[in-house]
Amino acid sequence: MKHIISPLDLTAEELDDLLALAQKIIDNPEQYSKICDGMKLATLFYEPSTRTRLSFEAAMMNLGGKVLGFSSADSSSAAKGESIADTIRVISSYADICAMRHPKEGAPLVASQYSLIPVINAGDGGHNHPTQTFTDLLTIKSLKGRLDNIVIGYCGDLKFGRTVHSLVNALARYNNVTMYFISPEELKVPNYIREEVLKANNIEYKEVRTIEEVMDKLDILYMTRVQRERFFNEEDYIRLKDTYILDSKKMKLAKPDMLVLHPLPRVNEIAAEVDNDPRAVYFKQAKYGVYVRMALILKLLELA
Amino acid sequence: MLNISGINEGLVIDHIHVGDSMKLYSYLKLEDSDCCVAIIKNAKSNKMGRKDIVKIEGPLDIDINLLGAISHKLTVNVIKNGVIVDKVTPKLPDTVTNIIKCKNPRCVTSVEPNLSHIFRLTDKENAIYRCMYCEQQFKLTDIVENN
Repeated sequence: MKHIISPLDLTAEELDDLLALAQKIIDNPEQYSKICDGMKLATLFYEPSTRTRLSFEAAMMNLGGKVLGFSSADSSSAAKGESIADTIRVISSYADICAMRHPKEGAPLVASQYSLIPVINAGDGGHNHPTQTFTDLLTIKSLKGRLDNIVIGYCGDLKFGRTVHSLVNALARYNNVTMYFISPEELKVPNYIREEVLKANNIEYKEVRTIEEVMDKLDILYMTRVQRERFFNEEDYIRLKDTYILDSKKMKLAKPDMLVLHPLPRVNEIAAEVDNDPRAVYFKQAKYGVYVRMALILKLLELA
Repeated sequence: MLNISGINEGLVIDHIHVGDSMKLYSYLKLEDSDCCVAIIKNAKSNKMGRKDIVKIEGPLDIDINLLGAISHKLTVNVIKNGVIVDKVTPKLPDTVTNIIKCKNPRCVTSVEPNLSHIFRLTDKENAIYRCMYCEQQFKLTDIVENN
Protein backbone atom coordinates (compact mmCIF):
# COMPACT_ATOMS: atom_id res chain seq x y z
CA MET A 1 0.00 0.00 0.00
CA LYS A 2 1.31 3.41 -0.95
CA HIS A 3 0.60 6.85 0.51
CA ILE A 4 1.25 10.21 -1.12
CA ILE A 5 2.56 12.65 1.44
CA SER A 6 5.13 14.55 -0.61
CA PRO A 7 5.37 15.08 -4.39
CA LEU A 8 8.66 13.19 -4.17
CA ASP A 9 6.90 10.05 -2.97
CA LEU A 10 6.55 9.18 -6.64
CA THR A 11 9.68 8.40 -8.60
CA ALA A 12 10.15 10.22 -11.91
CA GLU A 13 8.99 7.04 -13.64
CA GLU A 14 5.88 6.69 -11.44
CA LEU A 15 5.10 10.33 -12.05
CA ASP A 16 5.35 9.85 -15.80
CA ASP A 17 2.98 6.86 -15.46
CA LEU A 18 0.53 8.96 -13.45
CA LEU A 19 0.54 11.78 -15.98
CA ALA A 20 0.16 9.29 -18.84
CA LEU A 21 -2.85 7.73 -17.10
CA ALA A 22 -4.36 11.18 -16.52
CA GLN A 23 -3.97 11.87 -20.23
CA LYS A 24 -5.73 8.59 -21.07
CA ILE A 25 -8.59 9.61 -18.77
CA ILE A 26 -8.82 13.01 -20.50
CA ASP A 27 -8.95 11.28 -23.88
CA ASN A 28 -11.54 8.69 -22.87
CA PRO A 29 -13.32 9.52 -19.60
CA GLU A 30 -16.20 7.07 -20.18
CA GLN A 31 -13.83 4.15 -19.98
CA TYR A 32 -13.08 5.03 -16.36
CA SER A 33 -16.54 6.17 -15.25
CA LYS A 34 -17.49 3.02 -13.30
CA ILE A 35 -14.10 1.69 -12.31
CA CYS A 36 -14.52 2.67 -8.62
CA ASP A 37 -18.11 1.46 -8.32
CA GLY A 38 -18.76 0.47 -4.68
CA MET A 39 -15.68 2.24 -3.35
CA LYS A 40 -15.48 5.25 -1.07
CA LEU A 41 -13.14 8.21 -0.69
CA ALA A 42 -13.01 9.89 2.73
CA THR A 43 -12.18 13.59 2.61
CA LEU A 44 -10.78 14.60 5.99
CA PHE A 45 -10.51 18.37 5.81
CA TYR A 46 -9.49 19.92 9.11
CA GLU A 47 -9.40 23.38 7.57
CA PRO A 48 -11.57 25.05 4.92
CA SER A 49 -10.86 24.36 1.27
CA THR A 50 -13.28 24.63 -1.57
CA ARG A 51 -11.49 23.60 -4.69
CA THR A 52 -9.17 20.89 -3.39
CA ARG A 53 -11.97 19.09 -1.56
CA LEU A 54 -14.45 19.41 -4.40
CA SER A 55 -11.78 18.39 -6.87
CA PHE A 56 -11.13 15.19 -4.92
CA GLU A 57 -14.84 14.52 -4.59
CA ALA A 58 -15.45 15.19 -8.29
CA ALA A 59 -12.56 12.88 -9.14
CA MET A 60 -14.00 9.99 -7.10
CA MET A 61 -17.50 10.56 -8.45
CA ASN A 62 -16.19 10.63 -12.02
CA LEU A 63 -14.74 7.19 -11.33
CA GLY A 64 -18.11 5.88 -10.14
CA GLY A 65 -17.19 5.92 -6.45
CA LYS A 66 -18.76 7.67 -3.48
CA VAL A 67 -17.44 10.20 -1.00
CA LEU A 68 -17.82 10.90 2.72
CA GLY A 69 -16.02 13.17 5.13
CA PHE A 70 -15.93 16.50 6.91
CA SER A 71 -14.86 19.95 5.85
CA SER A 72 -13.68 21.59 9.04
CA ALA A 73 -12.14 20.50 12.31
CA ASP A 74 -15.20 21.88 14.15
CA SER A 75 -17.45 19.30 12.53
CA SER A 76 -15.10 16.40 13.28
CA SER A 77 -14.13 14.54 16.41
CA ALA A 78 -10.95 16.62 16.46
CA ALA A 79 -13.08 19.26 18.20
CA LYS A 80 -13.44 16.75 21.06
CA GLY A 81 -9.70 16.29 21.15
CA GLU A 82 -9.36 13.06 19.19
CA SER A 83 -5.87 12.42 17.88
CA ILE A 84 -5.09 12.09 14.18
CA ALA A 85 -3.87 8.54 14.85
CA ASP A 86 -7.22 7.48 16.33
CA THR A 87 -9.27 9.27 13.67
CA ILE A 88 -7.49 7.55 10.79
CA ARG A 89 -7.71 4.13 12.46
CA VAL A 90 -11.48 4.55 12.54
CA ILE A 91 -11.82 6.06 9.06
CA SER A 92 -9.83 3.10 7.70
CA SER A 93 -12.89 0.99 8.46
CA TYR A 94 -15.25 3.30 6.59
CA ALA A 95 -13.49 4.07 3.31
CA ASP A 96 -11.08 2.64 0.76
CA ILE A 97 -8.86 5.70 0.41
CA CYS A 98 -8.64 9.11 2.03
CA ALA A 99 -7.51 12.64 1.30
CA MET A 100 -6.45 14.73 4.27
CA ARG A 101 -5.98 18.46 4.63
CA HIS A 102 -4.69 19.68 7.97
CA PRO A 103 -3.33 23.00 9.20
CA LYS A 104 -0.48 21.27 11.01
CA GLU A 105 2.57 20.33 8.98
CA GLY A 106 3.24 16.61 8.94
CA ALA A 107 -0.31 15.60 9.97
CA PRO A 108 -0.90 13.41 6.87
CA LEU A 109 2.42 11.67 7.56
CA VAL A 110 1.17 10.84 11.06
CA ALA A 111 -2.07 9.54 9.53
CA SER A 112 -0.16 7.35 7.07
CA GLN A 113 1.70 5.69 9.96
CA TYR A 114 -1.56 4.37 11.41
CA SER A 115 -3.77 4.03 8.35
CA LEU A 116 -4.95 0.80 6.77
CA ILE A 117 -5.97 2.66 3.58
CA PRO A 118 -3.92 4.89 1.25
CA VAL A 119 -3.58 8.46 2.53
CA ILE A 120 -3.25 11.38 0.14
CA ASN A 121 -1.93 14.63 1.55
CA ALA A 122 -4.35 17.33 0.37
CA GLY A 123 -2.23 20.08 1.91
CA ASP A 124 -0.58 20.31 5.33
CA GLY A 125 -0.09 23.89 6.48
CA GLY A 126 2.64 25.62 4.52
CA HIS A 127 4.40 22.34 3.87
CA ASN A 128 3.36 19.97 1.07
CA HIS A 129 0.51 19.88 -1.40
CA PRO A 130 1.44 17.03 -3.77
CA THR A 131 -1.79 16.87 -5.78
CA GLN A 132 -1.48 20.57 -6.63
CA THR A 133 2.01 19.80 -7.89
CA PHE A 134 0.73 16.87 -9.96
CA THR A 135 -1.96 19.22 -11.32
CA ASP A 136 0.67 21.79 -12.28
CA LEU A 137 2.83 19.14 -13.93
CA LEU A 138 -0.09 17.69 -15.89
CA THR A 139 -1.06 21.18 -17.06
CA ILE A 140 2.47 21.92 -18.27
CA LYS A 141 2.91 18.46 -19.81
CA SER A 142 -0.43 18.56 -21.63
CA LEU A 143 -0.16 22.12 -22.89
CA LYS A 144 3.60 22.32 -23.52
CA GLY A 145 4.17 18.68 -24.39
CA ARG A 146 7.19 18.41 -22.10
CA LEU A 147 8.49 18.93 -18.57
CA ASP A 148 12.15 19.27 -19.51
CA ASN A 149 13.75 22.16 -21.42
CA ILE A 150 11.53 24.81 -19.91
CA VAL A 151 12.06 28.24 -18.38
CA ILE A 152 9.69 28.87 -15.50
CA GLY A 153 9.17 31.98 -13.40
CA TYR A 154 7.54 31.79 -9.97
CA CYS A 155 5.97 35.03 -8.81
CA GLY A 156 4.50 36.29 -5.53
CA ASP A 157 4.75 34.65 -2.14
CA LEU A 158 7.70 32.33 -2.57
CA LYS A 159 8.43 32.12 1.14
CA PHE A 160 5.19 30.62 2.42
CA GLY A 161 3.81 29.34 -0.90
CA ARG A 162 3.91 25.58 -0.56
CA THR A 163 2.75 25.07 -4.17
CA VAL A 164 5.91 26.79 -5.36
CA HIS A 165 8.20 24.77 -3.10
CA SER A 166 6.62 21.51 -4.24
CA LEU A 167 6.78 22.42 -7.92
CA VAL A 168 10.41 23.50 -7.63
CA ASN A 169 11.20 20.13 -6.04
CA ALA A 170 9.34 18.21 -8.73
CA LEU A 171 10.76 20.11 -11.72
CA ALA A 172 14.29 19.86 -10.34
CA ARG A 173 14.23 16.23 -11.47
CA TYR A 174 13.90 17.16 -15.14
CA ASN A 175 16.68 18.19 -17.50
CA ASN A 176 17.47 21.72 -18.54
CA VAL A 177 14.89 23.52 -16.43
CA THR A 178 15.71 27.17 -15.71
CA MET A 179 13.94 28.90 -12.83
CA TYR A 180 13.37 32.57 -12.03
CA PHE A 181 12.08 33.59 -8.61
CA ILE A 182 10.18 36.86 -8.70
CA SER A 183 9.31 38.17 -5.24
CA PRO A 184 9.80 40.98 -2.75
CA GLU A 185 12.73 40.60 -0.40
CA GLU A 186 10.37 39.63 2.46
CA LEU A 187 8.84 36.74 0.54
CA LYS A 188 11.94 35.21 -1.05
CA VAL A 189 12.18 31.47 -1.54
CA PRO A 190 13.50 29.84 1.69
CA ASN A 191 17.17 29.12 2.02
CA TYR A 192 16.73 25.35 2.18
CA ILE A 193 15.12 25.35 -1.28
CA ARG A 194 18.10 27.30 -2.58
CA GLU A 195 20.69 25.04 -0.92
CA GLU A 196 19.12 21.59 -0.91
CA VAL A 197 17.13 21.67 -4.14
CA LEU A 198 18.48 24.27 -6.55
CA LYS A 199 22.19 24.11 -5.80
CA ALA A 200 22.14 20.39 -5.00
CA ASN A 201 20.60 19.65 -8.40
CA ASN A 202 22.66 22.22 -10.31
CA ILE A 203 19.53 24.05 -11.38
CA GLU A 204 20.11 27.29 -13.22
CA TYR A 205 18.18 29.95 -11.27
CA LYS A 206 18.01 33.63 -10.54
CA GLU A 207 16.13 35.71 -7.97
CA VAL A 208 14.70 38.98 -9.28
CA ARG A 209 12.41 41.72 -7.96
CA THR A 210 10.20 42.48 -10.98
CA ILE A 211 8.19 40.44 -13.47
CA GLU A 212 9.23 42.73 -16.33
CA GLU A 213 12.92 41.89 -16.24
CA VAL A 214 12.38 38.20 -17.02
CA MET A 215 8.97 38.07 -18.74
CA ASP A 216 10.32 37.62 -22.31
CA LYS A 217 12.40 34.58 -21.25
CA LEU A 218 9.59 32.55 -19.71
CA ASP A 219 7.77 29.49 -21.05
CA ILE A 220 5.69 29.33 -17.86
CA LEU A 221 4.74 32.06 -15.40
CA TYR A 222 3.53 30.55 -12.13
CA MET A 223 1.62 33.20 -10.20
CA THR A 224 0.78 32.82 -6.51
CA ARG A 225 -1.40 34.58 -4.01
CA VAL A 226 0.00 36.39 -1.02
CA GLN A 227 -1.94 34.43 1.59
CA ARG A 228 -3.36 36.27 4.58
CA GLU A 229 -3.41 33.12 6.73
CA ARG A 230 0.35 32.60 6.40
CA PHE A 231 1.15 35.94 8.05
CA PHE A 232 1.40 36.46 11.77
CA ASN A 233 1.12 40.19 11.25
CA GLU A 234 -1.80 41.89 9.42
CA GLU A 235 0.28 44.98 8.62
CA ASP A 236 2.85 42.91 6.72
CA TYR A 237 0.07 41.27 4.73
CA ILE A 238 -1.55 44.56 3.71
CA ARG A 239 1.79 46.08 2.76
CA LEU A 240 2.80 43.17 0.51
CA LYS A 241 -0.41 41.77 -0.98
CA ASP A 242 -0.60 44.06 -4.00
CA THR A 243 3.09 43.98 -4.82
CA TYR A 244 3.03 41.79 -7.89
CA ILE A 245 0.02 42.14 -10.14
CA LEU A 246 -0.06 40.64 -13.62
CA ASP A 247 -1.92 42.76 -16.19
CA SER A 248 -2.24 43.04 -19.99
CA LYS A 249 0.65 45.47 -20.19
CA LYS A 250 3.04 42.95 -18.64
CA MET A 251 1.57 40.16 -20.78
CA LYS A 252 2.66 42.08 -23.90
CA LEU A 253 6.28 41.40 -22.90
CA ALA A 254 5.74 37.63 -22.86
CA LYS A 255 6.29 35.03 -25.56
CA PRO A 256 3.17 34.26 -27.65
CA ASP A 257 3.13 30.70 -26.31
CA MET A 258 3.95 31.42 -22.68
CA LEU A 259 1.48 29.95 -20.20
CA VAL A 260 0.22 31.61 -17.02
CA LEU A 261 -0.54 29.13 -14.24
CA HIS A 262 -2.01 29.86 -10.81
CA PRO A 263 -2.99 27.35 -8.11
CA LEU A 264 -6.09 29.49 -7.31
CA PRO A 265 -7.86 31.07 -5.57
CA ARG A 266 -6.79 34.33 -7.13
CA VAL A 267 -7.34 37.55 -5.22
CA ASN A 268 -6.03 40.42 -7.31
CA GLU A 269 -2.56 39.31 -8.37
CA ILE A 270 -3.87 38.64 -11.89
CA ALA A 271 -6.02 41.41 -13.33
CA ALA A 272 -9.37 40.19 -14.71
CA GLU A 273 -8.38 41.55 -18.14
CA VAL A 274 -5.78 38.76 -18.41
CA ASP A 275 -8.44 36.04 -18.13
CA ASN A 276 -9.35 36.33 -21.80
CA ASP A 277 -5.75 35.99 -22.96
CA PRO A 278 -5.34 32.48 -24.44
CA ARG A 279 -2.09 32.15 -22.51
CA ALA A 280 -3.99 32.34 -19.20
CA VAL A 281 -4.62 28.68 -18.44
CA TYR A 282 -5.39 28.75 -14.71
CA PHE A 283 -9.02 27.73 -15.13
CA LYS A 284 -8.02 24.86 -17.43
CA GLN A 285 -5.48 23.97 -14.77
CA ALA A 286 -8.30 23.45 -12.26
CA LYS A 287 -9.85 20.93 -14.63
CA TYR A 288 -6.55 19.10 -14.98
CA GLY A 289 -6.61 18.88 -11.18
CA VAL A 290 -9.64 16.60 -11.33
CA TYR A 291 -8.07 14.34 -13.97
CA VAL A 292 -4.79 13.96 -12.14
CA ARG A 293 -6.61 13.14 -8.89
CA MET A 294 -8.65 10.53 -10.75
CA ALA A 295 -5.40 9.01 -12.00
CA LEU A 296 -3.88 9.11 -8.51
CA ILE A 297 -6.90 7.43 -6.90
CA LEU A 298 -6.72 4.66 -9.51
CA LYS A 299 -2.99 4.18 -8.98
CA LEU A 300 -3.25 4.05 -5.19
CA LEU A 301 -6.20 1.67 -5.31
CA GLU A 302 -4.18 -0.40 -7.79
CA LEU A 303 -7.00 -0.27 -10.33
CA ALA A 304 -4.87 0.98 -13.23
CA MET B 1 49.08 25.88 36.19
CA LEU B 2 45.92 25.34 38.14
CA ASN B 3 45.87 21.91 39.71
CA ILE B 4 42.64 19.98 39.93
CA SER B 5 42.78 16.46 41.22
CA GLY B 6 41.85 13.47 39.08
CA ILE B 7 38.50 11.79 39.37
CA ASN B 8 37.65 8.25 40.28
CA GLU B 9 34.46 7.78 38.29
CA GLY B 10 32.87 10.09 35.77
CA LEU B 11 33.69 12.08 32.65
CA VAL B 12 36.42 14.41 31.57
CA ILE B 13 35.23 16.44 28.62
CA ASP B 14 38.34 17.75 26.97
CA HIS B 15 39.22 19.91 23.96
CA ILE B 16 36.13 22.07 24.38
CA HIS B 17 36.25 25.18 22.25
CA VAL B 18 37.12 28.14 24.49
CA GLY B 19 33.95 29.62 25.95
CA ASP B 20 31.74 26.60 25.28
CA SER B 21 32.18 25.00 28.69
CA MET B 22 29.30 26.98 30.23
CA LYS B 23 27.03 25.90 27.36
CA LEU B 24 27.86 22.30 28.23
CA TYR B 25 27.26 23.00 31.90
CA SER B 26 23.86 24.40 31.07
CA TYR B 27 22.90 21.66 28.55
CA LEU B 28 23.85 18.91 31.00
CA LYS B 29 21.85 20.73 33.71
CA LEU B 30 24.84 20.40 36.05
CA GLU B 31 23.48 23.15 38.28
CA ASP B 32 20.76 20.70 39.34
CA SER B 33 23.17 17.80 39.73
CA ASP B 34 24.78 16.51 42.90
CA CYS B 35 27.93 15.63 40.97
CA CYS B 36 31.22 17.30 41.81
CA VAL B 37 32.04 19.49 38.79
CA ALA B 38 35.19 21.36 37.80
CA ILE B 39 35.15 23.83 34.93
CA ILE B 40 38.53 24.84 33.61
CA LYS B 41 38.50 27.77 31.20
CA ASN B 42 41.28 28.93 28.92
CA ALA B 43 43.58 26.02 29.69
CA LYS B 44 46.75 25.82 27.59
CA SER B 45 46.56 23.32 24.75
CA ASN B 46 49.26 22.27 22.31
CA LYS B 47 46.60 21.34 19.76
CA MET B 48 44.17 24.22 20.19
CA GLY B 49 46.16 27.00 21.83
CA ARG B 50 43.48 27.44 24.46
CA LYS B 51 40.66 25.13 25.45
CA ASP B 52 38.04 24.51 28.11
CA ILE B 53 37.76 21.31 30.14
CA VAL B 54 34.85 20.03 32.24
CA LYS B 55 35.38 17.30 34.80
CA ILE B 56 32.38 15.59 36.28
CA GLU B 57 32.73 13.22 39.20
CA GLY B 58 29.84 10.80 39.57
CA PRO B 59 27.34 8.91 37.45
CA LEU B 60 25.77 10.90 34.62
CA ASP B 61 23.50 9.38 32.00
CA ILE B 62 24.03 11.37 28.81
CA ASP B 63 24.15 10.83 25.06
CA ILE B 64 27.77 11.66 24.39
CA ASN B 65 27.14 12.14 20.67
CA LEU B 66 24.90 15.13 21.33
CA LEU B 67 27.76 16.92 23.08
CA GLY B 68 29.41 17.27 19.68
CA ALA B 69 26.60 19.59 18.74
CA ILE B 70 27.48 21.95 21.59
CA SER B 71 31.16 22.17 20.81
CA HIS B 72 32.83 20.67 17.78
CA LYS B 73 35.91 18.48 18.14
CA LEU B 74 35.65 17.86 21.88
CA THR B 75 36.63 14.50 23.34
CA VAL B 76 35.03 12.67 26.22
CA ASN B 77 37.12 10.49 28.52
CA VAL B 78 35.13 7.99 30.51
CA ILE B 79 36.78 7.33 33.86
CA LYS B 80 36.25 4.26 36.00
CA ASN B 81 38.29 3.32 39.09
CA GLY B 82 40.58 6.28 38.40
CA VAL B 83 41.57 5.21 34.88
CA ILE B 84 40.36 6.15 31.43
CA VAL B 85 38.31 3.22 30.14
CA ASP B 86 36.96 4.87 27.00
CA LYS B 87 37.81 7.89 24.89
CA VAL B 88 34.99 9.05 22.66
CA THR B 89 34.87 11.66 19.94
CA PRO B 90 31.21 12.50 19.52
CA LYS B 91 29.74 11.66 16.13
CA LEU B 92 26.49 13.36 15.24
CA PRO B 93 23.72 10.76 15.18
CA ASP B 94 21.78 10.33 11.92
CA THR B 95 18.50 10.38 13.84
CA VAL B 96 17.65 12.04 17.13
CA THR B 97 14.48 10.80 18.81
CA ASN B 98 12.80 12.53 21.75
CA ILE B 99 15.94 14.36 22.82
CA ILE B 100 14.90 17.71 21.42
CA LYS B 101 11.50 19.13 20.53
CA CYS B 102 10.40 20.71 17.28
CA LYS B 103 9.98 24.46 17.80
CA ASN B 104 7.82 25.03 14.72
CA PRO B 105 4.38 26.06 16.04
CA ARG B 106 2.82 24.78 12.80
CA CYS B 107 4.27 21.28 13.22
CA VAL B 108 1.93 18.39 14.00
CA THR B 109 4.17 17.45 16.92
CA SER B 110 2.79 20.53 18.72
CA VAL B 111 -0.72 19.02 18.90
CA GLU B 112 -0.66 15.26 18.34
CA PRO B 113 -0.30 13.30 21.60
CA ASN B 114 2.18 10.43 22.00
CA LEU B 115 4.13 11.44 18.92
CA SER B 116 7.89 11.05 19.02
CA HIS B 117 9.95 14.08 18.10
CA ILE B 118 12.24 12.70 15.43
CA PHE B 119 14.96 14.69 13.68
CA ARG B 120 17.16 13.57 10.82
CA LEU B 121 20.64 14.85 10.11
CA THR B 122 20.62 16.54 6.69
CA ASP B 123 23.83 18.58 6.82
CA LYS B 124 26.71 17.02 8.77
CA GLU B 125 29.07 19.93 8.22
CA ASN B 126 26.80 22.44 9.93
CA ALA B 127 24.99 20.00 12.28
CA ILE B 128 21.64 20.75 10.65
CA TYR B 129 18.71 18.52 11.47
CA ARG B 130 15.22 18.43 10.01
CA CYS B 131 12.03 17.50 11.81
CA MET B 132 10.69 14.31 10.26
CA TYR B 133 7.16 15.74 10.16
CA CYS B 134 7.36 19.40 9.16
CA GLU B 135 10.89 19.25 7.68
CA GLN B 136 11.72 22.51 9.38
CA GLN B 137 15.47 22.76 9.70
CA PHE B 138 17.24 23.42 12.95
CA LYS B 139 20.87 23.79 13.86
CA LEU B 140 21.40 21.28 16.62
CA THR B 141 23.44 23.70 18.68
CA ASP B 142 20.49 26.08 18.76
CA ILE B 143 17.94 23.49 19.75
CA VAL B 144 19.94 21.75 22.43
CA GLU B 145 20.68 25.09 24.03
CA ASN B 146 17.04 26.16 23.97
CA ASN B 147 15.36 22.88 24.89
